[in-house]
Amino acid sequence: MNLSDVVALVMFVGVVAYALFGGADFGAGFWDLTAGGAERGKNARHLVDLSIGPVWEANHTWLIYCLVMLWSGFPAAFVAITTTLYLPLMFAALGIVLRGAGFAFRKVSVRTPQQRLNGTLFAASSVLTPYCFGSIAGGIASGRVPSGGNGDAVTSWLNPTSVLGGILAVVSCAYLAAFYLATAAHRLHDADLERYFRGRALLAGAVAGVVSIAGIFVLRTDAPRLFHQLSHRGLPLMVLATLCGIVGMAGAHLGRRTGRREIAALAIAAVVVGWGVAQYPFLLGTHLRIHEAAAPDTTLAVLLGVACVAALIILPSLILLFRLSGQGRLRAHI
Amino acid sequence: MSRHHASMDRVLHPVSKALAAAGDPSQLLPAREQMAFTLGFHIILVPFGVALTALMLIAHYRGLRHDDSDALRLARRWSKVAAVLVAVGAITGTVLSFELGILWPGLMGDYGAAFGMPFAVEGLFFFLEAIFVSIYLYGWNRLPPWAHFWTGVPVVLASLGGAAAVIAANSWMNQPGGITLRDGHVTAVRPLRVFFNGAFWYETVHMLLAAYIVAGFTVAGVYAAGMLKGRRDRHHRLGFLIGFLVAAAAIPVQIFVGDTVAREVFKEEPAKFAAIELLPATGDHVPENLGGFLVDGKVRYGLPVPDMASILAGFTPSTEIRGLEAIPPEVRPTDRSVTIVHLAFDVMVGTTFLMLGLVLWFAWLWWRGRTMPTNRWFLRGAALSGLVAVVCLESGWVVTEVGRQPWTVVGLLLTRQAVTTQGNLWPLFGATVVLYAAVGTGAVLVLRAMARRWRTAGDETVYVPYGPEQPYATSGTAGEER
Repeated sequence: MNLSDVVALVMFVGVVAYALFGGADFGAGFWDLTAGGAERGKNARHLVDLSIGPVWEANHTWLIYCLVMLWSGFPAAFVAITTTLYLPLMFAALGIVLRGAGFAFRKVSVRTPQQRLNGTLFAASSVLTPYCFGSIAGGIASGRVPSGGNGDAVTSWLNPTSVLGGILAVVSCAYLAAFYLATAAHRLHDADLERYFRGRALLAGAVAGVVSIAGIFVLRTDAPRLFHQLSHRGLPLMVLATLCGIVGMAGAHLGRRTGRREIAALAIAAVVVGWGVAQYPFLLGTHLRIHEAAAPDTTLAVLLGVACVAALIILPSLILLFRLSGQGRLRAHI
Repeated sequence: MSRHHASMDRVLHPVSKALAAAGDPSQLLPAREQMAFTLGFHIILVPFGVALTALMLIAHYRGLRHDDSDALRLARRWSKVAAVLVAVGAITGTVLSFELGILWPGLMGDYGAAFGMPFAVEGLFFFLEAIFVSIYLYGWNRLPPWAHFWTGVPVVLASLGGAAAVIAANSWMNQPGGITLRDGHVTAVRPLRVFFNGAFWYETVHMLLAAYIVAGFTVAGVYAAGMLKGRRDRHHRLGFLIGFLVAAAAIPVQIFVGDTVAREVFKEEPAKFAAIELLPATGDHVPENLGGFLVDGKVRYGLPVPDMASILAGFTPSTEIRGLEAIPPEVRPTDRSVTIVHLAFDVMVGTTFLMLGLVLWFAWLWWRGRTMPTNRWFLRGAALSGLVAVVCLESGWVVTEVGRQPWTVVGLLLTRQAVTTQGNLWPLFGATVVLYAAVGTGAVLVLRAMARRWRTAGDETVYVPYGPEQPYATSGTAGEER
């Protein structure tokens, strides 16, 4: 393992963190979108506000972390991706703007029509953004981003693997969030809401299962190498994801609380890590190796240093934030 | 003089010279407009992340130290305003990082290994800021008072570090160095040289002061407007004074720093300086042109102050200043961009002295009355000072960004080489303007609604949740119910 592999690994840790933390926030937006009218959906929406309010900005920052790691550590890959997948990237950016603004504005607006407008923007873009990121991942994994960039602007993200990636991302986020929100509802002693989100966790789990099974056939025809790697080198992780999925759903069905969020997160993390393992040692499809795209060693060393400082400073700060938030030491509304 | 020649040599980089002959691709203009617009939008939000949070902590400190409820209320309200603006700043900043790849692949692909590095450091600071902003914001009345105050300190420090890191990247584009190139590829990087490039310190200090000036005057302007409407209570006076005094303290320092910056630009970025001074030909006894523009390489209109530019640049009228002629025609900035830089510089300096005038006026009124001035004309001026400061900030960035043209990385990468080859970018630009206009309007509307609410119901308004009625008590979170 050389320096570029280490930096790629450190960057990928950010991808997994974004999938889990950012993903749960996106999923909360999905449940916000599907919660029904202002009256019917108010409890669910209120819970979404309470649980992601203090953390969404920190969770969003994982995306920045991944971007800066990618563009400084692997500038060639960054340019190849942005010049090929610029359409889904722009839609994702649109989603990020509407989502952040919608959420921040909803939090401070008091009139129902304003809240409804801002809430709809937040919720709808919480679905758009993960879909775009999923389809981008699909485009990269299936080798549709040429090393030199400027790949097909349309088929690079409108293809079976990308569509699968997009749908899987949305469903995974919803799945994760349902478990998180069920736990948050339990903390508020709201049994109805907890049951509500347990039901949604089951639903999302079932849909994720169906999508994954369909995905097997999609990948086999559309991205054979990825399929091969997933079913060989990545197999243990896929098995782990499946087991966690089953255990998580059984737990949700039986109303078990211990570790349910962790198991849901492990299922999603296993899928994402599986993608990474299947793709290694390539950064793009099966044509651009990690070390081929890497910046000079001094840059990589600086990035590694940044990651070490992050581990020393950012992680404890994040833990503090999540602990304070989990303990209810942060005011629900501002 | 040797330093001048060194910088001119960069401008004559042979590889770029050959490429410079090619014409501008059609997407260059929309890409530049798009970048200018999104960056110009984002830059207005920066002072609120960097300096409003500091004002908030000043008020907070005063509130805790002197048991001052007015100051505490100000701190609390400013924290809520900062929360909205930091959130909008975070998302517009994210858009910029997408745009760097989508619009400027030449920059990111060729120089990402160097240019990208400061952003990795910035990411670190931003992470810290995002975490502690949340803790601080949501920690009101929940965390022990002083512990809560201290959670605000990392916000202020991280925002300073983050801003400095971004400026490291920007100043590197003005005075690149610390890289080894082979066949147009970066093969080695000296990180400290990249970060602490020649323009780093002066650009950073200049921008951080600007941030404090913008935030200070904007805050003061809001309370000045309130006082004009007859709200003259202690809350308004204190809010005005904290903002105004911070900006007032920064203004004279900024004038001194700005003067130093101009001399550094004269030494290190001669092309930019020639544009600032609207100077077609090299010479001494150069007059300072106020206003005016360049048409067909000749200065039109404008009010020349004899010898002034030479004196400002080198303290003697015989100081020689290099003109635009010294730049090879193929990489010479166009008349239009020279005019833009020159006028933007005039606006920046002019607005700075307007603000200085306001500060002096304040000092005089205070000295005469020994108390917070309530002179209506002064308050009118103060109410507008935030806008004036924003104009000043924007024009300063126009000077440094347009002043670099036609280069993206001076001497190494032309903007036309950096731009994407992807097709029509105008629709993207149009859509971005519409989107940002909506977000900007939304931000103004929610901030105004917040202010109105505070005026009518005070600070402890009950939260009205999504939907007609609230399901939980205002303070209902997990902790209390355990």
